[in-house]
Amino acid sequence: MTHSRFDTRLGLTITLVVTAFLIGPVLLSVTAGLTKNYFVGLSSGLTLDWVTQVWDLYADTIWRSYGVALATLATTTLIGVPAAWVLTLFPGRLSRLLEELLTLPVAVPGLATALALIVSWGSVGWLRSSVLFIVIGHVLFTLPFMVRAVRAGMQGADLVVLDEAAATLGASRRQRFFDIIVPAARSGIVTGALTVVTLSIGEFNLTWLLHTPLTKTLPVGLADSYASMRLEVASAYTLVFLLMLLPLMVGLQWFAARTTRTGSITLGAST
Amino acid sequence: MGRRAWLIIAIPAVTLFIAFWLLPMAKLAGLGAATPQGMDVSAYWLVLTQPRYWQSLANTVGLSLAATLATLAIALPVSRFLARHPAFPGRRVLMSLLIFPLAFPGVVVGFLVILATGRQGVLNTLAKAISGEPMVLAYGMAGLFIGYLYFLLPRTIGVLMAAVEGIDKHWLEAAQTLGASPWRRFVDIELPALTSALTAAGAMCFATAMGAFGTVFTLGTKIDVLPITIYDEFTNYANIPVAAALSVVLGLATWAALYIANTLASRSAQRR
Repeated sequence: MTHSRFDTRLGLTITLVVTAFLIGPVLLSVTAGLTKNYFVGLSSGLTLDWVTQVWDLYADTIWRSYGVALATLATTTLIGVPAAWVLTLFPGRLSRLLEELLTLPVAVPGLATALALIVSWGSVGWLRSSVLFIVIGHVLFTLPFMVRAVRAGMQGADLVVLDEAAATLGASRRQRFFDIIVPAARSGIVTGALTVVTLSIGEFNLTWLLHTPLTKTLPVGLADSYASMRLEVASAYTLVFLLMLLPLMVGLQWFAARTTRTGSITLGAST
Repeated sequence: MGRRAWLIIAIPAVTLFIAFWLLPMAKLAGLGAATPQGMDVSAYWLVLTQPRYWQSLANTVGLSLAATLATLAIALPVSRFLARHPAFPGRRVLMSLLIFPLAFPGVVVGFLVILATGRQGVLNTLAKAISGEPMVLAYGMAGLFIGYLYFLLPRTIGVLMAAVEGIDKHWLEAAQTLGASPWRRFVDIELPALTSALTAAGAMCFATAMGAFGTVFTLGTKIDVLPITIYDEFTNYANIPVAAALSVVLGLATWAALYIANTLASRSAQRR
């Protein structure tokens, strides 16, 4: 079918404007983080001094964010993969309700979840002051993404039939889980893992209320630098963060293109 | 059959959810029924009757609705273009650029808005050079609106693209053969076919915008929207009953919007 030329031109123009709107500010930020003096402009010369300064000031937040992300990933994998298998086995109304429930921490604003955690568990001193408090928040927020990705990976293969066949042949439940179900859901688990790490590294809304001065993560440090540092340092810090996100997003897109029909990815950083 | 024996492995996830989300949420909802210091009614009643909370709620709903409608209007032509042109040089790069901002948390979006439209922003520099008048949008409602567009557009484009791809091309071809103009084909065939996808995407945008905290937090805590009001009540006034009541109201609103979105999305997926 032929599309009208006007339609195509208008669509292309708006697409390019939107791309510029989304990427323009990112380029500004990258430039500002590498320029000697942003207010003078690029003519003041390029430098890596600001990035070095960010490393000196905030290296601990970067390591802590990686630590929190890995702990979150370990937990969501350990509890999420079995939960996804149970949801696949019982596709009735009850498991739809269960999935709906597990998704609530994503549907409800992070601020509300954080307040609920603080009023219930904030009085447990060792937990409140520990980085574990943040990990718990991140697990609540990312678990639905892991469960959804793993379930999508389990639905393609005729897993329920395979599992029953193996059971008839005398395989134990443990053998079936690790030798049939987990390998079949492999690509779903990888997609889920990349999503969980991406979301955990960027999580701010919960973390801002759950952190203490000793448990600052990267986004908390970012907010701190936006409020109190010069623009070049804040931009350099943002640049470091973007560089951390880049491989995760490339991996996610690569996997989504291979595993899902539309190649679209489900992700929603906390806004 | 031995299927029931599998239920046991879902226990850790369910336990964690109950202990760290469901019971804490129930406690938060209960706290909202408490009476704040110096008041003689419950916090829920205060939240529903005091004009300053109403104002904050009205601002949040108005801004979220405006951002949702603007996002749909802008994302639709982009999604149509990308769905109708599945292969052209640079398409993959273009798609990656449109998707990358999905991973940006609200704080970063706020900072990007400041770089573009703040006091030292590009917009201000351009405006001064052209008209001599400064133009600063970042630290008020206008800046927040731009920030909402920034994080809503990448979320919406992918969803609408899938919906446009799902439209049966035969209808459009038939209409064209019968002499329908491109505009008539858009209004009479495409829009009706996209209604449920547009509603679902709109509800998702609305819920996301209502609960956004990081973006406002970076742009300035003087902007009067609900998440900032909750944060202020909790940290600056230690007014936990009111913060709890407002959180429950906000949580119910976003959950209801998302519930509608999911119901419509699964209905339109079934129809395909």
